[in-house]
Amino acid sequence: MKVNLKIWRQAGPDAPGKLVDYTVENVDPSQSFLEMLDSLNEQLVKKGEVPVAFESDCREGICGNCGLVINGIAHGEKGGCTTCEIRMRQYKEGDTITVEPFRAKAFPLIKDLVVNRSAFDRIMSKGGYVAVNAGSAQDANSQLIHRDLAEEAMDAAACIGCGACVAACPNASASLFVGAKISQFTWLPQGQIERSTRAKKMVTQMDSEGFGDCSNHAECEAVCPKEISIANISRMRREFTKSLFARN
Amino acid sequence: MTKKPTLDAKIPEGAIDEKWTKHKFNMKLVNPANKRKHDVIVVGSGLAGASAAASLGELGYNVKCFCIQDSPRRAHSVAAQGGINAAKNYQNDGDSVHRLFYDTVKGGDFRSREANVHRLAEVSNSIIDQCVAQGVPFAREYGGTLSNRSFGGAQVSRTFYARGQTGQQLLLGAYGSLMRQVDEGTVEMFPRREMLDLVVVDGKARGIIVRNLVSGELEEYAADAVLLCTGGYSTVFYLSTNAVNCNPTAAWRCYKKGAHFANPCFTQIHPTCIPRFGETQSKLTLMSESLRNDGRVWVPKRKGDDRKPIDIPEAERDYYLETKYPAFGNLVPRDIASRNAEDVCKQGRGVGPTGYAVYLDFAEAINRLGKDVIASRYGNLFAMYHEITGDDPYETPMMIYPAPHYTMGGLWVDYNLMTTIEGLFALGEANFSDHGANRLGASALMQGLADGYFVIPYTLGNYLATEKPAPVNTNAPEFTEARKQVSQNIKDLMNIKGKTTADEIHRQLGDIMIDKVGMSRSEAGLKEALEKIPEIRKKFYEDLCIPGDASDYNKELEKAARVADFLELGELMARDALERKESCGGHFRVESQDEEGEAKRDDENFCHGAVWKYNGEGKEPERLIEELHYEHVLPSNRSYK
Repeated sequence: MKVNLKIWRQAGPDAPGKLVDYTVENVDPSQSFLEMLDSLNEQLVKKGEVPVAFESDCREGICGNCGLVINGIAHGEKGGCTTCEIRMRQYKEGDTITVEPFRAKAFPLIKDLVVNRSAFDRIMSKGGYVAVNAGSAQDANSQLIHRDLAEEAMDAAACIGCGACVAACPNASASLFVGAKISQFTWLPQGQIERSTRAKKMVTQMDSEGFGDCSNHAECEAVCPKEISIANISRMRREFTKSLFARN
Repeated sequence: MTKKPTLDAKIPEGAIDEKWTKHKFNMKLVNPANKRKHDVIVVGSGLAGASAAASLGELGYNVKCFCIQDSPRRAHSVAAQGGINAAKNYQNDGDSVHRLFYDTVKGGDFRSREANVHRLAEVSNSIIDQCVAQGVPFAREYGGTLSNRSFGGAQVSRTFYARGQTGQQLLLGAYGSLMRQVDEGTVEMFPRREMLDLVVVDGKARGIIVRNLVSGELEEYAADAVLLCTGGYSTVFYLSTNAVNCNPTAAWRCYKKGAHFANPCFTQIHPTCIPRFGETQSKLTLMSESLRNDGRVWVPKRKGDDRKPIDIPEAERDYYLETKYPAFGNLVPRDIASRNAEDVCKQGRGVGPTGYAVYLDFAEAINRLGKDVIASRYGNLFAMYHEITGDDPYETPMMIYPAPHYTMGGLWVDYNLMTTIEGLFALGEANFSDHGANRLGASALMQGLADGYFVIPYTLGNYLATEKPAPVNTNAPEFTEARKQVSQNIKDLMNIKGKTTADEIHRQLGDIMIDKVGMSRSEAGLKEALEKIPEIRKKFYEDLCIPGDASDYNKELEKAARVADFLELGELMARDALERKESCGGHFRVESQDEEGEAKRDDENFCHGAVWKYNGEGKEPERLIEELHYEHVLPSNRSYK
C-alpha cells in the first residue's frame, strides 16, 4: 500500500522547522511504523538527500528510545504501545500521517524528530535509587515483602522513560515519570529511609528543569506505553507534601 | 595434546572453591585517599558497564562513563526478558554454588574456563542480595519470600525474575546506582558518544577517541585504565534479536590495537523468534522459549505444500522434533531446535511468505487444557504475536524461526578480566570467558553484573596498585595520532559518494553470515563466505553512499562506520568456524557429527579457546590458543534422544 507522510524537518535546534510531505510506496502491512520510516530514509539516501533523523533502538517496546507524535498523539492512536510497536496494518491505502517530535521546553530539539531527554537523567540522579553500595547488602530473603506490594512496585517500575507523558501533557509536566519512580520506592521497605529526601529532591529537580505542573488532564496516562496510572502522581504529591514536614 | 598453550589466563593457584577468595586477599589494594587520583574510563552502560561504573565510583575512583544512547538506561540489557540465575537454593531443591558451576560448564559444552565459571557461581548470590537492596521488584511468593522458576531446562529452580522485564529492572537498579554516583561527582556521564578508537601509550590502554553523535566532533579522553562493556556482536547477522544500534565497533577497534579476540564463531541462535516477513524487516522479536512447553513444532511432509495449516491433515504433517528426539521432543536445547528448523526449511518444507518458518501449534494443547489455561500461560505472548503478525495463535498455528541472540565469543580476557592489552579490561558479553560454546538461559544478566559489581572492583585495584600508571594526558602524541587516523577513516567513508546504502551492504553480509556461518557450518560454505565477504567489502568501499555532513547528527555515518567493522569481524568469524573442525555448543560443523546426526565434539584437538591476534591490514590473523583443563567437571557428551 501507499501512505503519505507529513514529517517535521528541522536541521538543528536553531534552524527553522516545517512539515515536509513524503510518499512511501509498497508499504507492507507487516512492517512496523519505524520500518516504514526506514524505507523512506533508504529512498532519500539513495537520492543523496539527508534522511529523516529519528531515534530507536530495541524496537520491541522496552528501551524507551523511540518516541514520535503521530497524528497528534504521542506514540500514535493505538495506545498502550511505543512507536516501534505500531504496525502498518492499522493504516490503509492513501492515509496521510503526520509525524512530529516529542515537544517540550525541557526536551530541546536536536534534529528533525530527535529531542534531548537528559532532564530525566538529572531527575533520576537526585533520588531515583536506593543508596546502597555494592557489597553491603544483606541476604535477599531476610526482608519479606508482601507480594501485593512487590506487584504495585513493579507496576510503577515498568516506566521506560520515553517521555511520552511529557509530550502529551498540555503543561509538559513530568509528573507521571517522577511519580512512578517515587511510588516504586514508596511501596518497598528498601525505599523508606530516603523516602522523604527522595520526594523533595526529585520534585525540586523536575521543577528546575522547566517541566510544568500537573493539572489533572490525564493525557499522560492515556499515552503511556506501559499504562502507568496517574494514581502515581497523587502519591508523588502526598509524598512531597509530607516531606515538607519531615525531619530529613 | 602436544600443543603448548600460548596464553596465560593467570588462574590463581589452589582448590577451585578457594581460588577467588585467596586471590582477593592476595591482590593489592589502592589506598582510599589515592583512588580519586585514578581516572577510569567505562565504555558502555548496560548491566556490566553501569554496575562497574557505579561500583568504582562508590569506591572513590574518578570514572568517566560513555554510551551511544541518549541515556544510560537504554542499553540493550534492558530488553532481557527471562531472568537471572543464582545459587541461593531458596527452593531447597538441591542447588548449590557447585551445581550452578557444574551446569554452566556443562552447558558451555566444555569450552569455558572452569575457574572463571566457579567465581561466577560464587558471586551469583551477592548479585541477588545487591539487586534486592536496590529495590528491584523481583517476583515474590505470598509469604513475602522471593519467587524462583526453572529456566532453560535447568533441573533446579534458581532463576529470579521481575515479570518478563528482568533485564529492565536490573538495569534500572544499576542505572540508579550510576546516577547516584553522577550526582556525587565520582562519575561523569557522556551519553551520545561512540568509541572509535583505543589509545595505547607504552603498551598500555590509556584513553579513547569518541565521536560526539550530536555534533559529530571527535573527542579524546585519557585515563589509567579502560573498561570495555560494549556487549556482543549478533547484529553482524543484520537481523537478530539485538537492538538496532548494538555493534562491535569498540571491541573491534581494540582488537586492531592488540587485544586478541577469542572464539568469534561461538554465537547463540534462539529458536523461538517471529520469522521475518520480508526485505525491510529491521530486527527479529524474541518470544519466550516457554512456548515450547505446550506448542508442537511441525512442517508439512511434502515440499512446497502451500495449503493453509488447518487444511493439512495430521498424516501429512511432520512433527520432526517429536519423531527425532522422542525423549525431549519439542523441548530439545536451543541449538538443536534451531538447527532442525533450518534443515527442514532448506529442504523446501518451510512455511510462511519467505519459506523460512516452521509452525508452533497449540491446537492440541488448547483441546487438552482449554483455551483459558493456555491464555493464562501465554496470553501476553499470544497477544504480542497477534499484534506483530496479524495472526491469532488461538486460531492458527504460530510461525517461528531461529534468530541470532547472543555471542559467547568476545575479547580474550584473563582471570582478572584484562585483555591482552595491559589496562584494557572487557566485561559482560564483550568478553569471552564464562559461557564457553553455549550460554544457558538467565546467565547473561548474571555474568554482566558479576563482572561489574563484584569482580572488576578488585582486579582493577590490583592492576592500578601494581602498575602505578604514569600520568598521561590527551596531549600525548598517541592521542593525536589516533585521532588523526579516526578522522581520516571518517573522511574516507564520506568521500566514497556511491549509490549503495550502509543497510544494503549490511543486509548482504547478514544473508551470507546466517546462511554460511549460522546454525550449521560446512567447510565448503565457510570457504564460500570467506570469498564472498571480501567482495561485499570491496563494494562497500567503492559504492557506499552517506548523505549529509560528518560534523552533524548523522545516522548513516554511524551505520557505515559499524558496517565497515562488521565486514571484518564477519570474516574472522568464518575463519574461526573453519578452523574449529569440531561441533560444540552453538557451533555445528556438518563434518563433525555422529551416525545420528548429533554434534560431535573433538576434545583431543579442540579443547581450547581459539584466540585471534591481529597482524595488520591485509595480513592473515594468527590463531593462538588457550588450552582448557577440566578437573572438576569431566567432559561428557550430551544426548537428547
